[in-house]
Amino acid sequence: MKRVNLWIAFLLAAGAPLATSAQNPSTVFIQNATVLTVTHGNIEHGSILIRGGKIAALGADLKAPEGATVIDATGQFVIPGIIDCHSHIAIDGGVNEGAPAVSSMANIKDVLNPDDIDIYRDLAGGVTSANILHGSANPIGGQTVVIKLRWGKPASELPFEGALPGIKFALGENPKHSNFTMPPGVPARYPGTRLGVEEVIRQAFTEAREYKKQWDDYNQRKAAGEQNLIPPRRNEQLEPLVEVMEGKRYVHAHCYRTDEILMLIRVANEFGFKVRTFQHVLEGYKIADEIAAAGAGGSTFSDWWAYKMEAYDAIPYNAALMTERGVVVSVNSDDAQEARQLNQEAAKSMKYGGLSANDALKLVTLNPAIQLGIDNRVGSIDVGKDADLAIYDHDPLSVYAVVQRTLIDGKVYFDRQRDIAQRAELEKEKQALLDKEKKANEEKKSEEKQEKKPEQKKKPPKSDSADGAIARGAL
Amino acid sequence: MKIRACFLPLALLFAAFAATPMWAQSAATPAAYAIKGGKVFTLTGTPIENGVVIIRDEKIAAVGAGVAIPSDAQVIDATGLEVYPGLFDPITQIGLTEVSAVSATQDISELGDFNPELVAATAVNPASAHIPVTRANGITEVIAAPGTAGFDSQAGGIIAGQASAFHLAGWTMDEMQIRRSVAMVINWPSIQTRTFDFSTFSIKEKPYSDVKKEYDKAVNQLSDWLDRARHYAQAKEKGSPALYERDLKLEALVPVVEGKLPVLVIADEERDIRNAVEFCSKQNLKMILGGGADAWKVKDLLKEKKIPVVLGPTERLPEQEDTPYDKPMTQPSELFGAGIPFAFSSFGAAFSRRLPQYAGTSVAYGLPHDEALKAVTLNAAQIFGLSDQLGTIEPGKLGNVIVTNGDPLEIQTQVRYLFIEGRLTSTDNRHRELYEQYRKRPQAAR
Repeated sequence: MKRVNLWIAFLLAAGAPLATSAQNPSTVFIQNATVLTVTHGNIEHGSILIRGGKIAALGADLKAPEGATVIDATGQFVIPGIIDCHSHIAIDGGVNEGAPAVSSMANIKDVLNPDDIDIYRDLAGGVTSANILHGSANPIGGQTVVIKLRWGKPASELPFEGALPGIKFALGENPKHSNFTMPPGVPARYPGTRLGVEEVIRQAFTEAREYKKQWDDYNQRKAAGEQNLIPPRRNEQLEPLVEVMEGKRYVHAHCYRTDEILMLIRVANEFGFKVRTFQHVLEGYKIADEIAAAGAGGSTFSDWWAYKMEAYDAIPYNAALMTERGVVVSVNSDDAQEARQLNQEAAKSMKYGGLSANDALKLVTLNPAIQLGIDNRVGSIDVGKDADLAIYDHDPLSVYAVVQRTLIDGKVYFDRQRDIAQRAELEKEKQALLDKEKKANEEKKSEEKQEKKPEQKKKPPKSDSADGAIARGAL
Repeated sequence: MKIRACFLPLALLFAAFAATPMWAQSAATPAAYAIKGGKVFTLTGTPIENGVVIIRDEKIAAVGAGVAIPSDAQVIDATGLEVYPGLFDPITQIGLTEVSAVSATQDISELGDFNPELVAATAVNPASAHIPVTRANGITEVIAAPGTAGFDSQAGGIIAGQASAFHLAGWTMDEMQIRRSVAMVINWPSIQTRTFDFSTFSIKEKPYSDVKKEYDKAVNQLSDWLDRARHYAQAKEKGSPALYERDLKLEALVPVVEGKLPVLVIADEERDIRNAVEFCSKQNLKMILGGGADAWKVKDLLKEKKIPVVLGPTERLPEQEDTPYDKPMTQPSELFGAGIPFAFSSFGAAFSRRLPQYAGTSVAYGLPHDEALKAVTLNAAQIFGLSDQLGTIEPGKLGNVIVTNGDPLEIQTQVRYLFIEGRLTSTDNRHRELYEQYRKRPQAAR
């Protein structure tokens, strides 16, 4: 269980060195690296020129312009920043609005927490963008947002500019609450079967279609010059579903089994929308043709299995097999730690199913960018794209690769050497805060002694001051 | 491709193995195997180029560069390949769980806080799909530890039962068993003011004083159990059977208080580790630390008390927000530097196959490669007193050997041959079967 530390809050609030103040030099030059472009091969001893946060030029014969900030990447590997198509970092509090079965009115964008340390940790794993999703408690969940991991920036600067918003759907065991019992006194919630899950989605879209019609009628009549019209009552639950039908919002559907995946494809056809990505989609390999034909992407785990019944047929060949059958596939994390090793997870598709190195790398770069509709901006190293890059000391598909720097919009947001260099300073600052707290406590105690409060006879818990602080903080 | 071609006859043989559900091919089993031509990493010295490993009667019979190949041996051509001891995952729930969320398939955690008489081996399901899935990644033996983690991770009790070591191949647990009892699992009572309550899916907070009281009570109970076990041992030794009543729980604790059976104490936080070490030292227990997320904070103590550590996954988030982001990955290198023996472990079932990945990642963050290799083979065997049988490629040890197409810690490496107890064992498994099955699905009609 993660514990809340008091001092880290102080440190972060004080703009401690951890919160990197990313400089903004207009021109950055990364030189002498192996550049894995993903779209047009690898460039040995390659250089990347970055201007105004965009990739301005790349090649083996570039020279650093005068005044450019030079990053020497000799012997290192540059890849497009990793894009995590399924993440729950940077969310303040719970990820599930779990009371209603249709929680489309809830929006993750409203609860982004820029101080979540997992943003920094994932950045240190080469992740530059992430699809921040609502949880899977409901057949139709909350609205989702794509962010860039701009650590140190306020919440308002996290969303990926221009990226289409999404909505989370969920099929199977989670929305039917299979794997946990409600606390006493709380009634079970509909739906309780996969049959009911379909019904909830169809019912919601039936209402949304009606709602859309009301607005279309209203707008039509208004445009025709009709006077004294009363607009339909706004419905924040149905509006996002209308946007789905209008192609203005992506559906990211949590799913496992083939039956439920095919169900959603049918429902989507009925209401004239497309599922943008099937998330998890652990049985996707069984119906890859159908998923490809529906124009949906598959965003899956590398090798997770057996954690619940619907994950028992999961196989580590899933990503490769779906790719082979023409599905655009990404490998995602769903977990702040897994996100830090997505390069390794991608490499597993070379072992299981024999993807090429480049196709494996696509699973965590270009393909998730396509799935999120941001491939015009990120996902590969091409002139004109955002300079969102991860620099490793080894081949990034090796277990031995460690991220050295991560850049977003051409700015260095993570620098391993800088992080290591700052540790002693942080430790000193932390100790100073602890000492200060200890002193304050002692003063308080002696004051209380003077007042001779009888209950103060009780010995303080025999523990070190850090744990004491936590214990008190928890009180 | 070239390498593959010269293996064709073997590949065919292997395919035959793959078709059988289990590993055994009793009728066709040759008297001996000779793995020749590969680079042999014995883990006892420098690797042997173009080495030969002879396996006979479950055991390694000979290792070396110029070893003669017996006429009755089936030859495994390992030219261009590498030979290692099989990997050992020392804390798992393999065989005790099939599907985490399905409680009917869970035999990890018993009710009650003190269950020293329970033994994991009792309920290891030899037909679990986890066994072939795990061994396909080069893991040849594991220890199943009751009461550790699992989906309902809060359960498990304080004395959770005895951990059992077994091979990842066999028709029955009797055949698979290496040692029925290798350690007594103790979940160290942790002082936690904030706990996650699964019934309400929310964080519950308790005052420190209450939690401390609960903690003291648990530790008192634990020492009470050990005291009673000592008295029981005395009574048993001195008295006639009529003078004492047989008590299965106390009987199970006797080897623990006599220092014959180690205690595997699961603790992660600094305070818990210190408390546990102090307790075991006072009680004269042979302690193995399991988990040890904060082990780096107590290196001196662990070193002084000679306590080995079975580390949880290196790929996890730091314990505290202000802990360096890479601490779980650099910790193994720190422990090695401090001279503390440690092994890597998955602490799971489904992720047991990630064991080499955990070790590989620690190499990326500073641990010497050969030490990482030992930490997934020999070290676990030494920590649990099984190094006379396992952990290296040496004559006399069990024939748990893997033949790979490269560094076993690297993600893309494939296990080409797998020997368990000297038998050539299939790497086929549920996942590959499903893959082959659905790969053959005809193009769906549009």
